[in-house]
Parts: sequence; C-alpha cells; structure tokens
Amino acid sequence: MDFDLTEDQRMIQDSVERLMADRYTFELRQKYRREAEGWSRAVWRKYAELGLLALPFDQQDGGLSGTPVETMIVMESFGRALALEPFFGTIILAGGILRHGAGAAQREAIIPRIVAGEMTLALAHHEREARYARDHVAVTAKRSGDGWILQGRKDLVLQGDSVDRLIVSARTAGATQDADGVGLFLVDARAQGVSRHGYPTQDGLRAATVTLDSVHASTADVVGHPAQGLSILARVFDEATAAICAEAVGAMAALHALTVDYLKQREQFGVKIGSFQALQHRAVDMFMSLEQARSMALFATMMVSSSNAAERGRAMSAAKVQIGRSGRYIGEQAIQLHGGIGMTMEYKAGHYFKRLTMLDILLGDSEHHLGELAAGGGLFQDE
Amino acid sequence: MDLRFTPEEIAFRDEVRSFIRAALPASIRHKMVEGRDLSRDDVVAWQRILNRRGWSVANWPKEWGGTGWGPIQQYIFMEEIQMAPAPRPLAYGVFMVGPVIIAFGSEAQKRRFLPRIANLDDWWCQGFSEPAAGSDLAALKTTARRDGGEYVVNGQKTWTTYAQYADWVFCLVRTDPAAKKQRGISFLLIDMKSKGVVVRPIETIDGGHEINEIFFDDVRVPADNLVGEENKGWDYAKFLLGSERTNIARVGVSKERIRRIKELAARVQVRGRPLLDDDIFRRKLASLEVELKALEITQLRVVAAERNRAGRGTPDPASSILKIKGSEIQQATAELLLQVVGPQAMPYGLGDDIGGALAFGELWEMTAAPTYYNWRKISIYGGSNEIQKNIVARSILGL
Repeated sequence: MDFDLTEDQRMIQDSVERLMADRYTFELRQKYRREAEGWSRAVWRKYAELGLLALPFDQQDGGLSGTPVETMIVMESFGRALALEPFFGTIILAGGILRHGAGAAQREAIIPRIVAGEMTLALAHHEREARYARDHVAVTAKRSGDGWILQGRKDLVLQGDSVDRLIVSARTAGATQDADGVGLFLVDARAQGVSRHGYPTQDGLRAATVTLDSVHASTADVVGHPAQGLSILARVFDEATAAICAEAVGAMAALHALTVDYLKQREQFGVKIGSFQALQHRAVDMFMSLEQARSMALFATMMVSSSNAAERGRAMSAAKVQIGRSGRYIGEQAIQLHGGIGMTMEYKAGHYFKRLTMLDILLGDSEHHLGELAAGGGLFQDE
Repeated sequence: MDLRFTPEEIAFRDEVRSFIRAALPASIRHKMVEGRDLSRDDVVAWQRILNRRGWSVANWPKEWGGTGWGPIQQYIFMEEIQMAPAPRPLAYGVFMVGPVIIAFGSEAQKRRFLPRIANLDDWWCQGFSEPAAGSDLAALKTTARRDGGEYVVNGQKTWTTYAQYADWVFCLVRTDPAAKKQRGISFLLIDMKSKGVVVRPIETIDGGHEINEIFFDDVRVPADNLVGEENKGWDYAKFLLGSERTNIARVGVSKERIRRIKELAARVQVRGRPLLDDDIFRRKLASLEVELKALEITQLRVVAAERNRAGRGTPDPASSILKIKGSEIQQATAELLLQVVGPQAMPYGLGDDIGGALAFGELWEMTAAPTYYNWRKISIYGGSNEIQKNIVARSILGL
C-alpha cells in the first residue's frame, strides 16, 4: 500500500499546475468565459502541447497510456483553476467511449485529432425524463439501408454547442429503460438534421439541447455493438465519476484555502476574524470535510480499475456521496465565512461554490448515490 | 500509487488473523461482541497470550520486546485486534508510559518496568487530569516537593481509568511552583500501594465503574521514579499524547460495530420484515459506511506518510482529524445500535456478573444503552474534540 506518485506523475502534476497558475488566473478565466465558445481555444492548444489530451488513450492510438491516477492529477488541477475547456466531455466521456468501444478504424480516425487538439466531442446521452437513470434512452435509431436514422432529443449535452462531434446514444431495440438495445453513434455536430440550442449552466459553463431530426449515421459511425452501448457507458460513467471526484477535491481545496486566507486578513472589532473560535472551528470542520473527500477521491481512483462491476459501482457511489456532501458543506460555509463578498460574482468563492454544486448533480447527486448504495446492501460487504 | 495491501501485507494480515482466531478465549470474544465489561483477569489473560507470541508491545523497539514492524504492519495488527474483536494491549502501559520510559527513562527504569508492562505484571493508570485541570492540563496543581532522596506528593487526580486495578500510576506533578505553567511540571511514577494514596470510584452515566479519583496525601516517592529531567514533564506528556498515530481513529472498532449492527438489524423484525430491509435504516447505515471508508483511507494516508517519514518530523496534517472523525463515527455506531434495539434498550442495569439471557431481554439488547452512554467519553478523553479543533486551527490552518 502506498500513496506516492511516480516520478512521471509528479512531472505531469508540476507541469499542469504551472500551466494553470500561468494561464488561469481568475481574471483570465473571466475573459475565457466571455469568448464565443465559453472557453479558450488557446488554452486547449496548450493542453494538447503538454500532452494532457493524450493522457488516457492507448499508446497504440497515439496516447500516453495514462492510468486513472494521471487523470486524477489533471482533474484536480482543473478543479483548482475552475477550468472551462471541454476536457471532461471530450477526453473523459467521449474519449472513454472510444477507448472502451471503438473499433480500430474509428480510433485511428478520431483519437489522433483529439490528441492534437483539433477535435472536441460531447456525449449526448441524457434525456430530460431520465433524471438520474442511466439506462433511460428514448431517442431512436432505426435501420435505413446500410445505416441508421436517429430521431429525438438529448438534453444537458455538456458544451454541446461548441464541440465538433457528438456521440449520441439511441435505442436500436427494446423499450425506453431496457438494458439492451442502445447503440452509440458518432455524429458530426453540423450534420444535417442536428440542431443545437446552447445555454449557460449554473456554474458559468455551457450545455446544449440537441435535437436530432432524421439524422443519418452510417454503420461505420456505430461505436461498439449497436445493442450494447449501455455497458460501455456504465464503464465510462464510473471513470467519469472518479474524474469528477478529483476535480471537486481540487475546487474544495482551493476554496478552503481561499477562505482560511480571508479569515487571516479580514479585520472586525479591531482583530482578525480568524481569531474567533467559532470561525476557527468552522474552518476545521471544512478541512475535515475536505480531507474525507480527498480520501474518497483516492478510493474512487483506485477502484475505478476494478474488473468487478458491482464492487466498482459501490465504490463510485460511495465516493460521490462523500464528494457531494463535502462540496456542499465547504461551498456553503465558504460563502458564510466570507460574508457579503462571498455573494458577489466579482469574487472567486462563489464560482467554486457553483461548480461544486454542479459536480454534485453531475452523474447523480449524493442523495441519489446514497440510495443506490443502500439498495445494493451497503459498502462493506466482504470484510 | 496503490491503495491495496501488497501480497506480503495480506499474508501478514492472515497470519495475525488466524493467530487471534485460535488464541482469543471465546468468553472474552463474546463479551467484546456483546459490549459487556471485561474483568481485570480477562485483560491480563489476553495480554499474556499476546506476550507469549511476542506481540503485546508490538509498537516498541525490538530490544525491549517490540516486533520491529513498520507502520503498515502495526496498523494491520491493531485493525485485526479490533475486528476480532479482541481487547487491545492495555494502553496505559503499552502505548503511554512504556514509550515514554523507552524514550526518556533511565536504564534502571527500563529494566525494572518494561518487561512487567509487556506481560501486564504491572497494571498502569494515568494521573494527568485534575478537577481544575482538564482541557487546560497545564493548570495542574498536584505538587511533588523534593525531600532528600524522595518526592513528597500532595494533590488530587481525576478521571483515572482503572485506578481500581492499578499497581502504578504515571503522574504529571508540579515540581517548581514558581515556574510558569508548563515549565514546572515533572513526570513521576508512583506505586499505588504507597502510603497516602486513596482511590475513590466515580460512577458514570452508563452505570459502570471505569474511572476514579486518586488522592495523594504526603505520599513519599523515591526520586529514582522521576522520568527524565525534573521540570521537563510537559515535553514527555506531549510526546506521549502524540506517539500513537497509527490507530487513533479506531477504524477496526467501527467496522466491527457495523458488522454487528447489520447482524442484529437482520434479526430484529419490524412488521414482519427485518429492520435491515427498511429503506431509511439502510440509507443511514450506508451513510455511516461512507464516512467510515473515507476515514479508513485518511488513516491509511497517515500510516503511509509515517512510513515515508520513518519516525521523523511532524505528523501528516490529516492525522489531526482522525481523533475527531473516529470518535464521531464510533459514537454514531453506538447510537445506531441503540436504535436497532429500540424499546428493548429501556431495561437498564447490567452488571459485570450477569451471564446468560435475562428474563426481560437479551444480553445484546441490555448493553446497547450503556455502551451508547459510555462512548460519549470518546470525544472527551485524550483531548476533547474542541481542543483537537483548536490544535488543527493553530498548527495546520495557521489561524
């Protein structure tokens, strides 16, 4: 048992931390946010130069064969910086689907372009009626000649308004919540019949509703077996959960540090407010919540490689419970300890709070995952 | 990074586990599972079993009977003890005064006391707190006045666990009344059979008798029983309180309690269905499991950091939260068990001597409430959670 990073992992950590310190001050972030796509193409190219976009992909496909630990390192750093770029959608979600499901020709056509920073993707899976159910797919894919015709609507496609390509889940057989009968289709975001309606999300990032009206997909656009898409997605969502946990820990750590700094600077009644025991203890409670969350992010990172799907799922749910709770607690208390300034858009704390709130909701909030864990018989099963 | 145990660590765990399984007397194990008090003989018997295996003072250096295990093995050993569940070696000797004597005691003290601690020939208790010196421990007033080759001790200690069983007490005493607070304190070893030592029991809200007051009235203590230097006792006390980092969270205890809660909740029926099938109960239990898993990883982070640091430097910042979180979770398990028992927790008044099933309930039901009350102590002793938070605020957050 050890928690040490390898030499290479430390180098990745150093370089990504340096990049973010350099290119992701709060002021720059505000500027990126106002760019047309809501994120920075220039920074995205930097990610590509650093090899961050290559990390989880196989060496054979032009990647770096990174482990979940490398993903954790990068996501934590992005959380700290409140990065806006579509890394999660492109690399973790769509990239995960390609890694676990795509054939050689698809990987060869797409992954090098992702790695080079030339192509971004989004996963179009969520539908409004699904709430947190991951197997809810009503969008249809009907056979047509040697291809498929996609029909229906996808919601909350993260950064779906700015990406180049979509991976759309659609039902090739069966009823809306069947475990089988869902295929994953690569669709050009500008293809005929695709209309995208972009909007901001509560954290200042963007998402889109994607309407598919008789969109044609060829057989070559199907990722994996056209009826087995959900099993690919299940794996990818577990990886995405671990990644989110790491991002949240980065955001929590930065927000906690920001708050403690504030307690050391702000004076009232002629003293630093950090001298008040009530506030000190609150800062300690936040610290404990942060360290517990960090531990569960590590747990998720370790367990995400497990080949036992049930065990892996329990671990991800447990991690998501802790991350959601810690994120909410640290976010709320950070605003409270800052007082009025914490309520303003011109100050960073509120942005962390909102991102943490989003990360709780993404892929199922803490209450949802607690329910999953409870229904499955709890976390400690074979000890 | 790999959070799993290595094959060697797993082999070690299996070795410890199978030894405990074979060697732990069933009567002791049953008492532990059911939450009943152990007798002095139980504790002594088990420690001697461990001592024969060479494991009673596993944390000590090899030359004094220790094992030479690293932090991870120490952790695994204690977790196996807790999950068995078995009593741990008597802390006052093995984890408190023993390490202090090893670090600061004279050669004669080491030879005289250490082997008897290892075999629990001497039962030690801790004389730190006083009626007016609790969280503010350095406000202690018990004095030791030098008189030739002896100290003359006067004063009162309190909250002394198992003083009624003890042969010896290690005390913080004031040797320089003129010096400021922490400066004038010494670390003194006192024979409980000395003339002028009086123990008065304190009954606690759980109905048990663990803690006591000790009165010292002109107790004459040989000067040889001073540990280290006069007026340096505060440093030794800090060393003592900080020396146990590998198991402060008692994760194994909480794991065992959760296993027990599941077992009993499967037995208790609510409208013809096991309580364990109740959604709200399951959520509550799952929630506690998440907290415990997080604490376990946090504890392992500290253990791994201890290994990397090889005993040098300050503990990992995360270690400060172990006591707080660990106590909260242990208390939550006691509360949950109380809820599992439900109305049958109301009959009260279990003594040491009660053996089999009772007319008004079963033994496991009878111990839920006393344990619940007793475990409120966990967030108080060894520096209350509020004191722990003061420490974290100052030393980690810099507030």
